[in-house]
Amino acid sequence: MADATRPPDWHGQALARRLRRRYAAERRFRRLTTAAVIGALGFLLFLLASIVAQGWRGFTETRVAVPIDLAAARLPVDRAQLGGRAADLALAGAGLEGVVDRAADRLGPDLLSPGAWLRVRDAVKRDPSLLARAATFDLPAADPIDRAWKGDGSPAAEAVASRLAPRLSTGLAIRFLTGSDATDPGRAGIWGALKGSLLTMAVTLALAFPVGTLAALYLEEFAPRNRWTDLIEVSINNLAAVPSIIFGLLGLAIFIGTLGLPRSAPLVGGLTLALMTMPVIVIAGRAAIRSVPASVREAALGIGASPVQLVVHHVLPLALPGILTGTVLGTARALGETAPLLLIGMRAFVAAPPRGLTDPATVLPVQIFLWSDQVSGGFVERTSAAIIVLLALLLAITGAAVALRNRWEARR
Amino acid sequence: MSTLGLLFTVTALALIGWFVARARAMQFAGFGRRSGAGAMHHGWRVAAFTALPPLIFLSAWGVISPALVTDRVLATPAATALPPPGYDRATILAEARGLAKGERPGAFHPLSRALAPAYAVAQTRLDWIATAAALLLGLAGGTVAFARVRADFAAHVSVERLVRSIFLAASLLAVLTTVGIALSLAWQGGRFFAIVSPLDFLFGTRWSPQAIDPRDPGASLGALPVFWGTFLIGVVIAMAVAIPFGLGAAIWLTQYARVSTRRRVKPALELLAGIPTVVYGWFAALSVAPAIRSLGVALGIGSASGESALAAGLVMGAMIIPFVSSVADDSLHAVAVALRDGSLALGATPSETIRHIVLPAALPGIVGGVLLGVSRAIGETVIVVMAASSVAILSADPFAPATTVTRQIVDLLTGEAVFDSAKTLAAFALGLVLFGVTLALNVAALGIVRRHGRAHG
Repeated sequence: MADATRPPDWHGQALARRLRRRYAAERRFRRLTTAAVIGALGFLLFLLASIVAQGWRGFTETRVAVPIDLAAARLPVDRAQLGGRAADLALAGAGLEGVVDRAADRLGPDLLSPGAWLRVRDAVKRDPSLLARAATFDLPAADPIDRAWKGDGSPAAEAVASRLAPRLSTGLAIRFLTGSDATDPGRAGIWGALKGSLLTMAVTLALAFPVGTLAALYLEEFAPRNRWTDLIEVSINNLAAVPSIIFGLLGLAIFIGTLGLPRSAPLVGGLTLALMTMPVIVIAGRAAIRSVPASVREAALGIGASPVQLVVHHVLPLALPGILTGTVLGTARALGETAPLLLIGMRAFVAAPPRGLTDPATVLPVQIFLWSDQVSGGFVERTSAAIIVLLALLLAITGAAVALRNRWEARR
Repeated sequence: MSTLGLLFTVTALALIGWFVARARAMQFAGFGRRSGAGAMHHGWRVAAFTALPPLIFLSAWGVISPALVTDRVLATPAATALPPPGYDRATILAEARGLAKGERPGAFHPLSRALAPAYAVAQTRLDWIATAAALLLGLAGGTVAFARVRADFAAHVSVERLVRSIFLAASLLAVLTTVGIALSLAWQGGRFFAIVSPLDFLFGTRWSPQAIDPRDPGASLGALPVFWGTFLIGVVIAMAVAIPFGLGAAIWLTQYARVSTRRRVKPALELLAGIPTVVYGWFAALSVAPAIRSLGVALGIGSASGESALAAGLVMGAMIIPFVSSVADDSLHAVAVALRDGSLALGATPSETIRHIVLPAALPGIVGGVLLGVSRAIGETVIVVMAASSVAILSADPFAPATTVTRQIVDLLTGEAVFDSAKTLAAFALGLVLFGVTLALNVAALGIVRRHGRAHG
């Protein structure tokens, strides 16, 4: 007891030591928390960097300069046919593919990617005079050579690539942006999946936005405070936290099992994702509606507006920017969603872009998932390239939403 | 008439009704007894009465008409040659439908070619019936409404009631979805538990759904190893990453960082939550899993696998960091400044203040955030489908392969055309368990955050 009441020895050794220890502990703690932030950000950077490092090569293709003497081949093609729509059939029937293959075989076996001759066909269609002379075409190389030229091929392919080095060049892989899924990595493209994603999102938006907005307006403006309203509120809040795969089970049981809608269709995918997105829109919408100033309400009611007029003429226009931002962010989440779509069958191999809402289709994240399963090495860079496209799309959408919100807020 | 044409016609009718009713209401505007309704209200009422009945009828029709068409086709003589219900029969019918609509150039089964004309006939017939019924409904509704365009009729009350009920219907859809999830899971789960005893399912230790013994399906559908794997990956390993990093980041952001730094770092951290999970899965499968495997081999662990619990769990933990950090951030922020300042004024260092004053005050919120993170982690699917294993074994070894509930749901339902086997029903039973557990976690987390969030604020 006597010790505790005695004034501390401010200049003593013990106190100085204790202070040093406490300051050291302070520095340690601070460094630890800094390390946590740096670790998390470092992981993010490493993730993005490793994907970009692999993915940028997916946008390029290796081309082989193949000399082809079309005059010597004497293709039985009528010049007149080349202008019309029959040109494709005429050139294919004349055996152009064989001519191109033989020309490439003179340089080495299995040099060209399947479908490389289509480039020659298109060139001839653009310039029919090619049929009367010899020319050199830059044609996409087969997958092993493509990878060897990009620096990670097999030793055998490396040898072929270094032998052909003067003939090899690198160009933009337009096929990757315009094509659909294929078994050969060189021909695989993302347009089919992108179109599937766009169709699916259209269905999601068309359903989730109006329903979500109306539900938010009802809950904020009209709902009486009773047990039923509580039930609606609780279910909306819980739906927002239900794992996405549960929505896939629901879509499978209801839309496919009970209603008999087609599997793999953007319609079913969109409906399933709409159920998932709607609670997000309701929650964002209610926050936006709550932030409409009370003075606006009182003024409208004061000059005799009915509750519906108040909502339609005043509350909705003022809350719309907030609702739209929530909608866009919810859609961005749905756009990156994979799990529920796996269950409703959007994981099939689809080699053509969907033409309608009920055609078999796949979406961008599922396409990434499917390619990641491929054993063929060329798909590694295609997968990363597809991820880059998906991330760029998400970034653009989110950025647009944020910019939109800032503009509206500045104007108000 | 095509669906689009029909919708167009109905809309046009409603528009005509709107104009006519408004024009008529304008005539008596300002005369006689007034009900308070404007000409616009009469217009909207007539338009709604014209458009809504056909639209409701058509959407119901869209659901039932395929079955009606198929019934009519099955009644034709050509249908007697069809195989019994099953995959083949469904394929032939689908092909015949495609042929009849001109969507596919040819058919694989000769029988579907024979059935296609019957399909076309039945479809055309029912389409005409639907068109006529829709137009009649629209005209009848419009006429009934138009008869009440009178000066003393309070059309605005009717219109407002209608608008309110549309709003109410929209919000009921959320309840319907919840009920739909609960009912479909409970229904399919109930069918599963009629085959397999719940005790076998919850506590059995052998999970091999690829080889189910039809006499005793419960023996190979014991989900305990699956639950254990979920716990190991989603709770133990993922939280071992997410809690220290998430909490550390939240402490740094709220207590140490300058405001300008915070404004830049916080959105960057939240970017982690915006990246699609398929990207994490790809990273886990391609970069992390092989690295973990070679680490295990280097450490001399014989069980080291390329589908280890560790790889999936670590990446999942990184994904959860922003969920933990943003909730922890909010609750650390909510701690009263007076508490902090008091502690600092007494001579405590910042870290002592944080550990002894701020963290205990914010603890409920942090616990809530961690629970939300756990619920997110055990519901996460794509990372484990890509990086974890499909084999369920009871093992606490983080280098050994492990599986999760979500992974098993995907595996069980992939490529399965039959809805009634014990295998597919098992997926719904797993879904039921997952739904129940995540629901309980969310309710608990939200309850804690709401109850204690501002206790010290």
